[in-house]
Amino acid sequence: MFPQAPPIRRKLMVMLLVTCGAVVMVTCLSYFIYEFWTFRRTTVSQLDLLGEVIANNSTAALAFDSADDAQQILAALAADRHIVAGGLYTAQGALFARYPAALAEGMIPAAPDTDGRHFVGGGLAIFQPVMRNGKRLGTLYLRSDLGAMYERLKLFAGTGALVVLASLALAFFVSRALQRQISEPILALAETARAVSDRHDYSVRAVRQSADEIGQLTDAFNHMLGRIQQLNQELEQRVLERTAELRAANQELEAFSYSVSHDLRAPLRHIGGFAVMLEQHAGRSLDDKGRRYVAVIQDSATRMGQLIDDLLTFSRLGRSEMRREPVKLNELVEEIRQSLQAEINGRHITWRVAALPHVSGDAALLRQVFANLLANAVKYTRQRAEARIELGADGRDAGETVIFVRDNGAGFDMKYADKLFGVFQRLHHSDEFEGTGVGLATVRRIVQRHGGRVWAEAKLQEGATFFVALPSATARASSAPSKNS
Amino acid sequence: MSEPKNILLAEDNPLDIEMTLNALQTNHLVNEVVVVRNGAEALDYLYARGAYAHRVAGDPALVLLDIKMPKVDGLEVLHCMKNDAKLRSIPVVMLTSSREESDLLQSYKLGTNAYVVKPVDFSSFIEAVTQLSIFWTVHNELPPRVAREAE
Repeated sequence: MFPQAPPIRRKLMVMLLVTCGAVVMVTCLSYFIYEFWTFRRTTVSQLDLLGEVIANNSTAALAFDSADDAQQILAALAADRHIVAGGLYTAQGALFARYPAALAEGMIPAAPDTDGRHFVGGGLAIFQPVMRNGKRLGTLYLRSDLGAMYERLKLFAGTGALVVLASLALAFFVSRALQRQISEPILALAETARAVSDRHDYSVRAVRQSADEIGQLTDAFNHMLGRIQQLNQELEQRVLERTAELRAANQELEAFSYSVSHDLRAPLRHIGGFAVMLEQHAGRSLDDKGRRYVAVIQDSATRMGQLIDDLLTFSRLGRSEMRREPVKLNELVEEIRQSLQAEINGRHITWRVAALPHVSGDAALLRQVFANLLANAVKYTRQRAEARIELGADGRDAGETVIFVRDNGAGFDMKYADKLFGVFQRLHHSDEFEGTGVGLATVRRIVQRHGGRVWAEAKLQEGATFFVALPSATARASSAPSKNS
Repeated sequence: MSEPKNILLAEDNPLDIEMTLNALQTNHLVNEVVVVRNGAEALDYLYARGAYAHRVAGDPALVLLDIKMPKVDGLEVLHCMKNDAKLRSIPVVMLTSSREESDLLQSYKLGTNAYVVKPVDFSSFIEAVTQLSIFWTVHNELPPRVAREAE
């Protein structure tokens, strides 16, 4: 079920084993220490007792100065194999008898030490006074190698080790069974969480396996999932509703613009058409004033038609589908310049077109942007003998590509810069520069739909610079600069 | 080329009719222009039924259709004509105020031969109507009549 060893299981196991091992070790060690001290005390008192018995038995042998008897009494020590040496000293301190009889000279002190116990070289030795009726007859010497104690301790250590191993093994198997109660609900919870984050499926639920804190955690987790799922659904529902509302509003707008396009244009066509027909029919009988009136009617109708067309185009901009494709700006600009030839005709314009980046966007819409900007530049430089129009890309930073169109034309007062991009907003009189005031509004709307922005800098009578900034996540550099005049 | 080259104009707006007729007369196009005021009448004329049951036989050389008309609109007339083997070869020009993309697409999908937006500017209007009429009634060769009826 889980491809990798789940760390939490291992952690729990290690935790349990370490705890169990430590407890067993401490228990064994304390028993060991207790046993050591107890046994040592027992050994000492046994040696004391033996010393007293032998000392009592030896009084006669010492009193009668009978070395044989003393030897025989000491030979009884053989009953305890841990007594490695024994000896009787006279009251004057001379060695009187020894055990075993063949004991080497160096193995037994030449003279008695102070009475009592002495631990020497891994063994215990005692000097026991031999007394009779309050009179000291000599000294008994006994040495035990404490072998019994060490044997017993060895046995005890072995048993202890076995106990520790057995406990650990037992702990391993028991904890393996028990830790499932803790780890499995956590793992199940983790698995559910992973399913949620991997598949973004908020409909899954973790199974509650116990009533403890993990159970509470599972419940809280499920509750949260339920809430997220609910919020998601509400959000989707709201998006659907809003989309439907938007669609309805869009349809209304569509119907409106359809009706504008059909029904408003018809009477306009009639005004213009019948003015022409009037001119044809009665032109000769009209005086100059009358003919001018008819001409004004025709021009106004034509202008109104142009306004309606521009407005319709502008309103369609916000609704039409937008395609994204790589657009080579230099090619685009070149095509627009070709189409502007009619207006340029007879004028001298110096063009300076730098290498422009490739951008991603709707080619038809971006063409409208630059067609408007270039047509404006051509239009507003009309009064210049030496017109100069410059296109370039600004330093690309802050995640956008900035393209500018600069001219040395009429410019405008920066005071009115905020009105520049509004629909039907014009900064020049139409008898000076013709236009409907939709061009720059169109430019702004298209650029905004591309996620970019537009702005302008200008000085009255010195020229204007229009900037188009497009998000540069979609822009990349191109080569091939062109310079024309 | 010996048949009478009449034009069927389906248009509900009397002023547009007057302007269209004026344009045709100005350019001395001598065709007879049959004017109908809605799509239903246009179909009656084409099928020689109803008010037109006793009209002179023969199909018009050109049909000018306005899109927005009462009762049966221009697109429906176009649909009927292009689905009828006998009427299919008559050239149809949608002559309309609408620049709407949907109308344009729909018209071509239904098989119109041309789509002309009535210009607001009258001189352009005269030009457009004249060009259309000359092209479709003078220059354009229709399939031989026998072949058309055999379809």
